[in-house]
Amino acid sequence: MNKKPFLQELNRQKMSYIFIAAPFILFLIFVLGPAIASFILSFTKYNVIQPAEFVGMANYKAIILQDARFWKAIKNTLVYVIGVVPFGICIALILAVAIDQRIKAKNFFKGVLFLPTVTSIVASSVMWRWLFAGEKYGFINYFIVIKLGLKPVDWLLSPTWTLPSIIIMSIWAGLGYNVILFLAGLQTIPHAMYEAAEVDGAGYWHKFFRITIPLLKPTIVFVSIMSVIVSFQVFEQVYLMTGGGGGQLGGVLDSALTAVPYLFDKGFNKFQMGYASSMAYILFFIIFTLTFINIKFVKSKVEY
Amino acid sequence: MKKFRKPQLTIVIIYLFLIAVMLTMLVPYYWMLITSFKPLAEIQAYPPKFYVESPTIEPYRDLLEIIPMFRYILNSLFVCASVVIFKVFACSLAGYAFAKHKFWGRDKIFFLFLASLMIPWQVNIIPGFLLVKSLGWLNSFKGLIIPTMGWGAFAIFLSRQFIYSIPDDLIDAARIDGCGELRIYTHVILPLIKPVLATVAIFTFIQQWGNLVWPMVITSTRNMRTIPLALTVLSSQTSTNFNMLMAAAVIATVPMLVVFLIFQKYIIKGVYLTQLKG
Repeated sequence: MNKKPFLQELNRQKMSYIFIAAPFILFLIFVLGPAIASFILSFTKYNVIQPAEFVGMANYKAIILQDARFWKAIKNTLVYVIGVVPFGICIALILAVAIDQRIKAKNFFKGVLFLPTVTSIVASSVMWRWLFAGEKYGFINYFIVIKLGLKPVDWLLSPTWTLPSIIIMSIWAGLGYNVILFLAGLQTIPHAMYEAAEVDGAGYWHKFFRITIPLLKPTIVFVSIMSVIVSFQVFEQVYLMTGGGGGQLGGVLDSALTAVPYLFDKGFNKFQMGYASSMAYILFFIIFTLTFINIKFVKSKVEY
Repeated sequence: MKKFRKPQLTIVIIYLFLIAVMLTMLVPYYWMLITSFKPLAEIQAYPPKFYVESPTIEPYRDLLEIIPMFRYILNSLFVCASVVIFKVFACSLAGYAFAKHKFWGRDKIFFLFLASLMIPWQVNIIPGFLLVKSLGWLNSFKGLIIPTMGWGAFAIFLSRQFIYSIPDDLIDAARIDGCGELRIYTHVILPLIKPVLATVAIFTFIQQWGNLVWPMVITSTRNMRTIPLALTVLSSQTSTNFNMLMAAAVIATVPMLVVFLIFQKYIIKGVYLTQLKG
Protein backbone atom coordinates (compact mmCIF):
# COMPACT_ATOMS: atom_id res chain seq x y z
CA MET A 1 0.00 0.00 0.00
CA ASN A 2 2.74 2.37 1.00
CA LYS A 3 5.16 1.07 -1.56
CA LYS A 4 3.58 2.34 -4.75
CA PRO A 5 3.44 6.07 -3.95
CA PHE A 6 7.00 5.79 -2.68
CA LEU A 7 8.18 4.26 -5.95
CA GLN A 8 6.23 6.84 -7.88
CA GLU A 9 7.83 9.57 -5.84
CA LEU A 10 11.27 8.08 -6.43
CA ASN A 11 10.58 7.85 -10.13
CA ARG A 12 9.39 11.44 -10.23
CA GLN A 13 12.52 12.60 -8.42
CA LYS A 14 14.64 10.73 -10.92
CA MET A 15 12.74 12.41 -13.76
CA SER A 16 13.31 15.82 -12.16
CA TYR A 17 17.05 15.32 -12.19
CA ILE A 18 16.94 14.13 -15.79
CA PHE A 19 14.91 17.22 -16.71
CA ILE A 20 17.39 19.66 -15.23
CA ALA A 21 20.48 17.63 -16.15
CA ALA A 22 21.47 19.17 -19.50
CA PRO A 23 21.28 22.87 -18.58
CA PHE A 24 22.67 22.24 -15.11
CA ILE A 25 25.72 20.25 -16.20
CA LEU A 26 26.55 22.75 -18.95
CA PHE A 27 26.08 25.55 -16.44
CA LEU A 28 28.48 23.92 -13.97
CA ILE A 29 31.12 23.25 -16.60
CA PHE A 30 30.97 26.42 -18.67
CA VAL A 31 29.67 29.12 -16.32
CA LEU A 32 30.23 28.34 -12.66
CA GLY A 33 33.47 26.41 -13.17
CA PRO A 34 35.19 29.16 -15.16
CA ALA A 35 33.95 31.82 -12.73
CA ILE A 36 35.65 29.97 -9.87
CA ALA A 37 38.71 29.16 -11.99
CA SER A 38 39.00 32.84 -12.80
CA PHE A 39 39.17 33.64 -9.11
CA ILE A 40 41.98 31.13 -8.61
CA LEU A 41 43.74 32.33 -11.75
CA SER A 42 43.65 35.87 -10.40
CA PHE A 43 46.28 34.90 -7.81
CA THR A 44 48.66 33.53 -10.41
CA LYS A 45 50.91 34.60 -13.21
CA TYR A 46 49.88 32.73 -16.34
CA ASN A 47 50.71 33.29 -19.99
CA VAL A 48 49.31 30.04 -21.50
CA ILE A 49 52.75 28.77 -22.53
CA GLN A 50 54.42 28.38 -19.13
CA PRO A 51 52.57 26.73 -16.22
CA ALA A 52 50.73 29.05 -13.86
CA GLU A 53 52.78 30.41 -11.00
CA PHE A 54 51.17 31.38 -7.69
CA VAL A 55 51.89 35.00 -6.83
CA GLY A 56 49.36 35.74 -4.08
CA MET A 57 47.93 39.24 -4.11
CA ALA A 58 50.64 40.58 -6.44
CA ASN A 59 48.28 41.08 -9.40
CA TYR A 60 45.75 43.01 -7.35
CA LYS A 61 48.48 45.12 -5.81
CA ALA A 62 50.04 45.86 -9.19
CA ILE A 63 46.68 46.81 -10.71
CA ILE A 64 45.61 49.11 -7.92
CA LEU A 65 48.96 50.64 -7.01
CA GLN A 66 50.96 50.72 -10.23
CA ASP A 67 48.82 50.30 -13.30
CA ALA A 68 48.26 53.81 -14.64
CA ARG A 69 46.50 52.42 -17.71
CA PHE A 70 43.98 50.64 -15.50
CA TRP A 71 43.10 53.86 -13.70
CA LYS A 72 42.92 55.68 -17.00
CA ALA A 73 40.51 52.97 -18.17
CA ILE A 74 38.41 53.29 -15.00
CA LYS A 75 38.34 57.06 -15.40
CA ASN A 76 37.23 56.72 -19.02
CA THR A 77 34.61 54.18 -18.01
CA LEU A 78 33.21 56.60 -15.45
CA VAL A 79 33.15 59.42 -18.01
CA TYR A 80 31.37 57.07 -20.39
CA VAL A 81 28.81 56.04 -17.76
CA ILE A 82 28.22 59.66 -16.71
CA GLY A 83 27.84 60.60 -20.37
CA VAL A 84 25.51 57.78 -21.35
CA VAL A 85 23.26 57.22 -18.36
CA PRO A 86 21.90 60.68 -17.37
CA PHE A 87 21.50 61.93 -20.95
CA GLY A 88 20.14 58.63 -22.19
CA ILE A 89 17.61 58.50 -19.38
CA CYS A 90 16.45 62.11 -19.72
CA ILE A 91 15.90 61.74 -23.45
CA ALA A 92 14.18 58.38 -23.00
CA LEU A 93 11.91 59.82 -20.32
CA ILE A 94 10.85 62.79 -22.44
CA LEU A 95 10.23 60.48 -25.40
CA ALA A 96 8.19 58.07 -23.30
CA VAL A 97 6.01 60.89 -21.96
CA ALA A 98 5.58 62.28 -25.50
CA ILE A 99 4.54 58.89 -26.89
CA ASP A 100 2.20 58.38 -23.96
CA GLN A 101 0.12 61.43 -24.95
CA ARG A 102 -2.98 61.10 -27.10
CA ILE A 103 -1.15 60.71 -30.39
CA LYS A 104 -1.46 58.44 -33.40
CA ALA A 105 1.09 55.91 -34.67
CA LYS A 106 2.42 55.02 -31.21
CA ASN A 107 3.57 51.63 -32.44
CA PHE A 108 5.45 53.20 -35.30
CA PHE A 109 7.36 55.49 -32.94
CA LYS A 110 8.06 52.67 -30.52
CA GLY A 111 9.18 50.44 -33.37
CA VAL A 112 11.61 52.96 -34.83
CA LEU A 113 13.09 53.74 -31.43
CA PHE A 114 13.54 50.03 -30.84
CA LEU A 115 15.40 49.34 -34.10
CA PRO A 116 18.92 49.76 -32.64
CA THR A 117 18.09 47.21 -29.94
CA VAL A 118 17.56 44.54 -32.59
CA THR A 119 20.53 45.68 -34.65
CA SER A 120 23.70 44.00 -33.49
CA ILE A 121 25.95 46.42 -31.67
CA VAL A 122 28.71 45.49 -34.11
CA ALA A 123 26.64 46.61 -37.11
CA SER A 124 25.63 49.79 -35.26
CA SER A 125 29.25 50.59 -34.45
CA VAL A 126 30.22 50.07 -38.09
CA MET A 127 27.40 52.37 -39.20
CA TRP A 128 28.45 55.08 -36.78
CA ARG A 129 32.09 54.73 -37.66
CA TRP A 130 31.10 55.80 -41.14
CA LEU A 131 28.86 58.64 -39.90
CA PHE A 132 31.75 59.90 -37.79
CA ALA A 133 34.29 59.54 -40.60
CA GLY A 134 36.90 62.25 -40.41
CA GLU A 135 37.83 64.99 -42.88
CA LYS A 136 35.00 65.83 -45.17
CA TYR A 137 33.35 62.57 -46.19
CA GLY A 138 31.57 61.88 -42.92
CA PHE A 139 27.90 62.69 -42.67
CA ILE A 140 28.25 64.45 -39.32
CA ASN A 141 31.22 66.52 -40.44
CA TYR A 142 29.30 67.51 -43.53
CA PHE A 143 26.64 69.04 -41.29
CA ILE A 144 29.18 70.75 -39.09
CA VAL A 145 30.97 72.31 -42.03
CA ILE A 146 28.13 73.17 -44.39
CA LYS A 147 25.25 73.89 -42.01
CA LEU A 148 27.03 75.27 -38.98
CA GLY A 149 30.09 76.65 -40.71
CA LEU A 150 32.49 75.15 -38.17
CA LYS A 151 35.73 73.29 -38.70
CA PRO A 152 35.45 69.55 -39.32
CA VAL A 153 36.27 67.32 -36.36
CA ASP A 154 38.38 64.19 -36.56
CA TRP A 155 35.86 62.39 -34.36
CA LEU A 156 37.45 59.00 -33.95
CA LEU A 157 41.07 60.11 -34.29
CA SER A 158 41.22 62.98 -31.85
CA PRO A 159 41.83 62.29 -28.15
CA THR A 160 39.19 64.84 -27.20
CA TRP A 161 36.35 63.53 -29.32
CA THR A 162 36.72 59.75 -29.43
CA LEU A 163 34.97 59.05 -26.15
CA PRO A 164 32.16 61.58 -26.75
CA SER A 165 31.58 59.96 -30.18
CA ILE A 166 31.19 56.57 -28.56
CA ILE A 167 28.89 58.09 -25.94
CA ILE A 168 26.64 59.63 -28.60
CA MET A 169 26.46 56.33 -30.46
CA SER A 170 25.66 54.41 -27.26
CA ILE A 171 22.85 56.78 -26.30
CA TRP A 172 21.35 56.23 -29.74
CA ALA A 173 21.71 52.46 -29.36
CA GLY A 174 20.16 52.21 -25.90
CA LEU A 175 17.36 54.75 -26.20
CA GLY A 176 14.52 52.54 -27.43
CA TYR A 177 14.90 49.92 -24.75
CA ASN A 178 14.65 52.52 -21.98
CA VAL A 179 11.68 54.22 -23.65
CA ILE A 180 9.82 50.91 -23.63
CA LEU A 181 10.58 50.43 -19.93
CA PHE A 182 9.43 53.97 -19.09
CA LEU A 183 6.24 53.50 -21.09
CA ALA A 184 5.52 50.44 -18.97
CA GLY A 185 6.13 52.53 -15.86
CA LEU A 186 3.82 55.29 -17.10
CA GLN A 187 0.95 52.83 -17.45
CA THR A 188 1.02 52.28 -13.69
CA ILE A 189 0.24 55.95 -12.93
CA PRO A 190 -3.50 56.26 -12.34
CA HIS A 191 -5.19 58.52 -14.87
CA ALA A 192 -7.34 60.06 -12.15
CA MET A 193 -4.27 61.81 -10.75
CA TYR A 194 -3.78 63.80 -13.92
CA GLU A 195 -7.46 64.62 -14.09
CA ALA A 196 -7.45 65.84 -10.52
CA ALA A 197 -4.43 68.02 -11.29
CA GLU A 198 -6.15 69.40 -14.39
CA VAL A 199 -9.16 70.33 -12.31
CA ASP A 200 -6.78 72.22 -10.04
CA GLY A 201 -5.48 74.00 -13.12
CA ALA A 202 -2.06 72.33 -13.43
CA GLY A 203 -0.27 72.76 -16.75
CA TYR A 204 1.82 70.24 -18.68
CA TRP A 205 5.08 71.06 -16.94
CA HIS A 206 3.46 71.09 -13.56
CA LYS A 207 1.95 67.67 -14.17
CA PHE A 208 5.25 66.37 -15.48
CA PHE A 209 7.34 67.48 -12.52
CA ARG A 210 4.76 67.03 -9.77
CA ILE A 211 3.07 63.78 -10.82
CA THR A 212 4.96 61.91 -13.53
CA ILE A 213 8.48 62.21 -12.13
CA PRO A 214 7.69 61.37 -8.49
CA LEU A 215 5.44 58.44 -9.37
CA LEU A 216 7.87 57.11 -11.96
CA LYS A 217 10.76 57.31 -9.53
CA PRO A 218 11.00 53.54 -8.90
CA THR A 219 11.24 52.87 -12.64
CA ILE A 220 13.75 55.68 -13.09
CA VAL A 221 15.95 54.31 -10.33
CA PHE A 222 15.71 50.77 -11.69
CA VAL A 223 16.49 51.80 -15.27
CA SER A 224 19.35 54.04 -14.12
CA ILE A 225 21.08 51.33 -12.17
CA MET A 226 20.59 48.74 -14.91
CA SER A 227 22.03 51.22 -17.41
CA VAL A 228 25.00 51.90 -15.16
CA ILE A 229 25.71 48.16 -14.90
CA VAL A 230 25.43 47.62 -18.64
CA SER A 231 27.40 50.77 -19.52
CA PHE A 232 30.14 49.83 -17.13
CA GLN A 233 30.83 46.76 -19.24
CA VAL A 234 30.94 48.56 -22.59
CA PHE A 235 33.12 46.65 -25.02
CA GLU A 236 31.99 46.30 -28.64
CA GLN A 237 31.57 50.02 -29.38
CA VAL A 238 35.01 50.82 -28.04
CA TYR A 239 36.61 47.85 -29.76
CA LEU A 240 35.07 48.64 -33.15
CA MET A 241 35.28 52.40 -33.14
CA THR A 242 38.89 52.54 -31.97
CA GLY A 243 40.95 49.35 -32.39
CA GLY A 244 38.62 47.75 -34.91
CA GLY A 245 38.80 50.91 -36.92
CA GLY A 246 42.36 50.06 -37.81
CA GLY A 247 43.82 52.24 -35.07
CA GLN A 248 45.02 51.45 -31.58
CA LEU A 249 42.56 49.78 -29.21
CA GLY A 250 41.27 52.51 -26.93
CA GLY A 251 42.00 55.29 -29.37
CA VAL A 252 44.83 57.80 -29.50
CA LEU A 253 46.61 58.12 -26.12
CA ASP A 254 44.11 55.63 -24.62
CA SER A 255 41.57 58.43 -24.77
CA ALA A 256 38.67 55.98 -25.09
CA LEU A 257 40.13 52.93 -23.39
CA THR A 258 37.50 51.60 -20.98
CA ALA A 259 37.78 48.81 -18.44
CA VAL A 260 36.57 45.74 -20.36
CA PRO A 261 38.49 46.42 -23.59
CA TYR A 262 41.61 46.90 -21.46
CA LEU A 263 40.97 43.57 -19.74
CA PHE A 264 40.46 41.91 -23.12
CA ASP A 265 43.69 43.43 -24.41
CA LYS A 266 45.64 42.14 -21.39
CA GLY A 267 44.13 38.67 -21.59
CA PHE A 268 44.03 37.94 -25.31
CA ASN A 269 46.62 40.22 -26.88
CA LYS A 270 49.29 40.32 -24.19
CA PHE A 271 48.37 36.88 -22.75
CA GLN A 272 48.69 38.08 -19.15
CA MET A 273 45.81 35.84 -18.16
CA GLY A 274 46.32 35.90 -14.39
CA TYR A 275 46.56 39.66 -14.40
CA ALA A 276 43.46 39.99 -16.58
CA SER A 277 41.57 37.65 -14.24
CA SER A 278 42.37 39.88 -11.27
CA MET A 279 41.05 42.81 -13.25
CA ALA A 280 37.91 40.82 -14.05
CA TYR A 281 37.34 40.25 -10.35
CA ILE A 282 37.84 43.89 -9.49
CA LEU A 283 35.20 44.76 -12.11
CA PHE A 284 32.98 41.95 -10.87
CA PHE A 285 33.20 43.41 -7.38
CA ILE A 286 32.13 46.84 -8.66
CA ILE A 287 29.26 45.37 -10.68
CA PHE A 288 28.23 43.17 -7.76
CA THR A 289 28.03 46.24 -5.51
CA LEU A 290 25.90 48.04 -8.09
CA THR A 291 23.60 45.01 -8.46
CA PHE A 292 23.29 44.79 -4.70
CA ILE A 293 22.22 48.44 -4.52
CA ASN A 294 19.79 47.70 -7.34
CA ILE A 295 18.18 44.80 -5.46
CA LYS A 296 17.80 47.00 -2.38
CA PHE A 297 16.07 49.67 -4.44
CA VAL A 298 13.81 47.20 -6.22
CA LYS A 299 12.77 45.82 -2.84
CA SER A 300 11.85 49.27 -1.60
CA LYS A 301 9.93 49.67 -4.86
CA VAL A 302 7.79 46.67 -3.96
CA GLU A 303 7.09 48.08 -0.51
CA TYR A 304 6.24 51.39 -2.08
CA MET B 1 -12.59 77.69 -27.38
CA LYS B 2 -9.44 78.50 -25.47
CA LYS B 3 -9.53 75.13 -23.81
CA PHE B 4 -9.66 73.44 -27.19
CA ARG B 5 -6.79 75.22 -28.87
CA LYS B 6 -4.05 74.84 -26.30
CA PRO B 7 -3.74 71.06 -26.25
CA GLN B 8 -3.69 71.02 -30.04
CA LEU B 9 -0.63 73.22 -30.15
CA THR B 10 1.05 70.96 -27.64
CA ILE B 11 0.21 67.92 -29.74
CA VAL B 12 1.73 69.55 -32.81
CA ILE B 13 4.92 70.25 -30.87
CA ILE B 14 4.98 66.65 -29.66
CA TYR B 15 4.60 65.38 -33.22
CA LEU B 16 7.39 67.63 -34.47
CA PHE B 17 9.65 66.53 -31.64
CA LEU B 18 8.92 62.85 -32.25
CA ILE B 19 9.45 63.15 -35.98
CA ALA B 20 12.80 64.89 -35.40
CA VAL B 21 13.89 62.08 -33.10
CA MET B 22 12.67 59.42 -35.54
CA LEU B 23 14.78 61.00 -38.29
CA THR B 24 17.82 60.91 -36.01
CA MET B 25 17.12 57.26 -35.27
CA LEU B 26 16.78 56.38 -38.94
CA VAL B 27 19.61 58.44 -40.44
CA PRO B 28 22.34 55.89 -39.65
CA TYR B 29 20.31 53.17 -41.41
CA TYR B 30 19.55 55.37 -44.37
CA TRP B 31 23.17 56.45 -44.68
CA MET B 32 24.32 52.82 -44.48
CA LEU B 33 21.82 51.74 -47.12
CA ILE B 34 22.58 54.43 -49.67
CA THR B 35 26.33 54.17 -49.12
CA SER B 36 26.14 50.46 -49.88
CA PHE B 37 24.75 51.27 -53.35
CA LYS B 38 27.16 54.10 -54.17
CA PRO B 39 30.13 53.63 -56.45
CA LEU B 40 33.48 54.48 -54.87
CA ALA B 41 33.71 57.79 -56.74
CA GLU B 42 30.47 58.95 -55.15
CA ILE B 43 31.40 58.23 -51.56
CA GLN B 44 34.60 60.19 -52.09
CA ALA B 45 32.79 63.09 -53.71
CA TYR B 46 32.35 66.29 -51.80
CA PRO B 47 29.89 67.39 -50.60
CA PRO B 48 28.29 63.99 -49.96
CA LYS B 49 24.90 63.45 -51.57
CA PHE B 50 21.78 62.29 -49.75
CA TYR B 51 20.72 60.14 -52.64
CA VAL B 52 22.55 57.83 -55.02
CA GLU B 53 23.27 59.28 -58.44
CA SER B 54 24.13 56.06 -60.21
CA PRO B 55 23.17 53.12 -58.00
CA THR B 56 25.34 50.05 -58.35
CA ILE B 57 25.47 46.62 -56.80
CA GLU B 58 29.22 46.58 -57.23
CA PRO B 59 29.92 46.89 -53.47
CA TYR B 60 27.88 43.75 -52.86
CA ARG B 61 29.55 41.90 -55.70
CA ASP B 62 33.03 42.88 -54.54
CA LEU B 63 32.15 41.96 -50.99
CA LEU B 64 30.92 38.50 -51.93
CA GLU B 65 34.02 38.00 -54.04
CA ILE B 66 36.51 38.61 -51.25
CA ILE B 67 34.45 37.39 -48.28
CA PRO B 68 32.38 34.19 -48.01
CA MET B 69 29.43 36.13 -46.61
CA PHE B 70 26.92 33.35 -47.20
CA ARG B 71 29.10 30.93 -45.33
CA TYR B 72 29.13 33.40 -42.42
CA ILE B 73 25.38 33.77 -42.52
CA LEU B 74 25.05 30.00 -42.37
CA ASN B 75 27.56 29.83 -39.50
CA SER B 76 25.65 32.47 -37.58
CA LEU B 77 22.29 30.85 -38.30
CA PHE B 78 23.55 27.44 -37.25
CA VAL B 79 24.98 28.71 -33.96
CA CYS B 80 21.91 30.84 -33.24
CA ALA B 81 19.46 28.06 -34.09
CA SER B 82 21.25 25.50 -31.91
CA VAL B 83 21.38 27.80 -28.92
CA VAL B 84 17.77 28.93 -29.40
CA ILE B 85 16.45 25.36 -29.64
CA PHE B 86 18.39 24.36 -26.56
CA LYS B 87 17.20 27.34 -24.54
CA VAL B 88 13.58 26.98 -25.62
CA PHE B 89 13.23 23.27 -24.94
CA ALA B 90 15.92 22.16 -22.49
CA CYS B 91 15.62 25.26 -20.32
CA SER B 92 11.83 25.19 -20.19
CA LEU B 93 11.98 21.48 -19.32
CA ALA B 94 14.25 22.37 -16.42
CA GLY B 95 11.91 25.25 -15.61
CA TYR B 96 9.06 22.73 -15.38
CA ALA B 97 11.03 20.57 -12.93
CA PHE B 98 11.86 23.63 -10.81
CA ALA B 99 8.28 24.87 -10.83
CA LYS B 100 6.26 21.71 -10.27
CA HIS B 101 8.49 18.96 -8.94
CA LYS B 102 9.78 18.41 -5.45
CA PHE B 103 13.27 16.99 -5.35
CA TRP B 104 16.26 17.15 -3.07
CA GLY B 105 18.34 20.28 -3.55
CA ARG B 106 15.79 21.99 -5.81
CA ASP B 107 15.81 25.39 -4.19
CA LYS B 108 19.56 25.41 -3.74
CA ILE B 109 20.19 24.58 -7.39
CA PHE B 110 17.66 27.16 -8.50
CA PHE B 111 19.29 29.78 -6.31
CA LEU B 112 22.65 28.92 -7.86
CA PHE B 113 21.18 29.59 -11.30
CA LEU B 114 19.70 32.89 -10.15
CA ALA B 115 22.95 34.00 -8.55
CA SER B 116 24.76 33.27 -11.80
CA LEU B 117 22.74 35.99 -13.53
CA MET B 118 25.12 38.40 -11.85
CA ILE B 119 28.26 36.88 -13.37
CA PRO B 120 29.50 39.20 -16.11
CA TRP B 121 31.03 37.54 -19.16
CA GLN B 122 34.44 39.09 -18.63
CA VAL B 123 34.88 36.96 -15.50
CA ASN B 124 34.33 33.76 -17.50
CA ILE B 125 36.02 34.54 -20.73
CA ILE B 126 39.61 33.63 -19.86
CA PRO B 127 39.04 30.27 -18.09
CA GLY B 128 36.28 29.59 -20.62
CA PHE B 129 38.78 29.97 -23.42
CA LEU B 130 41.34 27.79 -21.60
CA LEU B 131 38.70 25.12 -20.99
CA VAL B 132 37.58 25.04 -24.61
CA LYS B 133 41.24 24.92 -25.64
CA SER B 134 41.97 21.94 -23.39
CA LEU B 135 38.87 20.15 -24.70
CA GLY B 136 40.26 20.60 -28.20
CA TRP B 137 37.16 22.52 -29.26
CA LEU B 138 38.89 25.70 -30.42
CA ASN B 139 37.79 26.82 -33.85
CA SER B 140 34.85 24.41 -33.99
CA PHE B 141 31.08 24.62 -33.85
CA LYS B 142 31.20 22.60 -30.63
CA GLY B 143 33.30 25.35 -29.07
CA LEU B 144 31.01 28.07 -30.38
CA ILE B 145 27.75 26.43 -29.36
CA ILE B 146 28.04 24.17 -26.32
CA PRO B 147 29.61 26.62 -23.83
CA THR B 148 27.01 29.23 -24.84
CA MET B 149 24.28 26.80 -23.81
CA GLY B 150 25.53 26.99 -20.24
CA TRP B 151 24.12 30.52 -19.93
CA GLY B 152 20.55 29.29 -19.65
CA ALA B 153 19.77 30.68 -16.20
CA PHE B 154 17.52 33.44 -17.41
CA ALA B 155 15.54 31.20 -19.75
CA ILE B 156 15.05 28.72 -16.90
CA PHE B 157 14.00 31.48 -14.53
CA LEU B 158 11.52 32.96 -16.98
CA SER B 159 9.88 29.66 -17.89
CA ARG B 160 9.79 28.56 -14.26
CA GLN B 161 7.88 31.71 -13.28
CA PHE B 162 5.24 31.04 -15.90
CA ILE B 163 4.93 27.32 -15.33
CA TYR B 164 4.58 28.06 -11.61
CA SER B 165 1.33 29.93 -12.32
CA ILE B 166 -0.19 26.95 -14.16
CA PRO B 167 -2.71 25.29 -11.77
CA ASP B 168 -1.52 22.03 -10.24
CA ASP B 169 -4.96 20.52 -10.91
CA LEU B 170 -4.26 20.56 -14.62
CA ILE B 171 -1.08 18.57 -14.14
CA ASP B 172 -2.70 16.19 -11.63
CA ALA B 173 -5.57 15.55 -14.03
CA ALA B 174 -3.08 14.59 -16.71
CA ARG B 175 -1.30 12.30 -14.25
CA ILE B 176 -4.55 10.56 -13.34
CA ASP B 177 -5.15 10.02 -17.04
CA GLY B 178 -1.87 8.13 -17.04
CA CYS B 179 0.42 10.71 -18.59
CA GLY B 180 4.14 10.33 -17.89
CA GLU B 181 6.13 13.37 -16.81
CA LEU B 182 7.60 13.94 -20.25
CA ARG B 183 4.15 13.71 -21.83
CA ILE B 184 2.80 16.23 -19.36
CA TYR B 185 5.58 18.58 -20.39
CA THR B 186 4.98 18.18 -24.11
CA HIS B 187 1.16 18.08 -24.04
CA VAL B 188 0.16 20.25 -21.09
CA ILE B 189 2.98 22.65 -20.28
CA LEU B 190 4.43 23.49 -23.68
CA PRO B 191 1.17 24.65 -25.29
CA LEU B 192 0.48 26.90 -22.30
CA ILE B 193 3.84 28.67 -22.24
CA LYS B 194 4.16 29.43 -25.94
CA PRO B 195 4.32 33.23 -25.44
CA VAL B 196 7.21 32.89 -22.97
CA LEU B 197 9.01 30.50 -25.28
CA ALA B 198 8.57 32.94 -28.14
CA THR B 199 10.15 35.65 -26.01
CA VAL B 200 13.04 33.40 -25.00
CA ALA B 201 13.56 32.37 -28.62
CA ILE B 202 13.54 35.89 -30.04
CA PHE B 203 15.75 37.41 -27.38
CA THR B 204 18.22 34.54 -27.52
CA PHE B 205 18.33 34.93 -31.28
CA ILE B 206 18.94 38.68 -31.12
CA GLN B 207 21.62 38.21 -28.50
CA GLN B 208 23.40 35.40 -30.34
CA TRP B 209 23.16 37.07 -33.73
CA GLY B 210 25.11 40.00 -32.29
CA ASN B 211 27.52 38.00 -30.14
CA LEU B 212 31.05 39.14 -30.92
CA VAL B 213 33.33 38.29 -28.02
CA TRP B 214 32.99 34.50 -27.82
CA PRO B 215 33.51 33.82 -31.55
CA MET B 216 36.40 36.28 -31.52
CA VAL B 217 38.11 34.30 -28.77
CA ILE B 218 37.23 30.79 -29.95
CA THR B 219 37.70 30.86 -33.71
CA SER B 220 40.95 31.26 -35.57
CA THR B 221 40.28 30.45 -39.23
CA ARG B 222 38.33 32.48 -41.75
CA ASN B 223 35.75 29.81 -42.39
CA MET B 224 34.55 29.57 -38.80
CA ARG B 225 33.70 33.24 -38.41
CA THR B 226 30.22 34.41 -37.60
CA ILE B 227 28.62 37.57 -39.00
CA PRO B 228 29.59 39.98 -36.18
CA LEU B 229 33.19 38.74 -36.23
CA ALA B 230 33.39 38.96 -40.02
CA LEU B 231 32.06 42.50 -39.84
CA THR B 232 34.60 43.41 -37.17
CA VAL B 233 37.49 42.01 -39.21
CA LEU B 234 36.27 43.75 -42.35
CA SER B 235 35.87 47.02 -40.47
CA SER B 236 39.44 46.85 -39.21
CA GLN B 237 40.68 46.41 -42.79
CA THR B 238 38.54 49.17 -44.26
CA SER B 239 39.92 52.63 -44.75
CA THR B 240 38.56 53.69 -48.13
CA ASN B 241 35.89 51.44 -49.60
CA PHE B 242 33.21 52.13 -47.06
CA ASN B 243 30.55 51.19 -49.59
CA MET B 244 31.67 47.58 -49.29
CA LEU B 245 31.72 47.76 -45.48
CA MET B 246 28.21 49.20 -45.51
CA ALA B 247 27.09 46.42 -47.84
CA ALA B 248 28.33 43.93 -45.25
CA ALA B 249 26.55 45.88 -42.50
CA VAL B 250 23.32 45.77 -44.53
CA ILE B 251 23.62 42.00 -44.88
CA ALA B 252 24.22 41.71 -41.12
CA THR B 253 21.33 43.99 -40.20
CA VAL B 254 18.55 43.02 -42.58
CA PRO B 255 17.77 39.54 -41.18
CA MET B 256 17.26 41.01 -37.72
CA LEU B 257 15.09 43.83 -39.02
CA VAL B 258 12.91 41.29 -40.83
CA VAL B 259 12.59 39.23 -37.64
CA PHE B 260 11.71 42.42 -35.79
CA LEU B 261 9.04 43.53 -38.26
CA ILE B 262 7.37 40.12 -38.07
CA PHE B 263 7.51 39.77 -34.29
CA GLN B 264 7.40 43.42 -33.20
CA LYS B 265 4.50 42.85 -30.82
CA TYR B 266 6.18 39.89 -29.12
CA ILE B 267 9.53 41.63 -28.91
CA ILE B 268 8.24 44.80 -27.28
CA LYS B 269 6.16 42.75 -24.84
CA GLY B 270 9.23 40.64 -24.21
CA VAL B 271 11.07 43.70 -22.90
CA TYR B 272 8.64 43.82 -20.00
CA LEU B 273 9.27 40.16 -19.26
CA THR B 274 13.02 40.38 -19.51
CA GLN B 275 13.00 43.49 -17.38
CA LEU B 276 12.55 41.15 -14.41
CA LYS B 277 16.20 40.31 -14.88
CA GLY B 278 17.27 42.91 -12.33
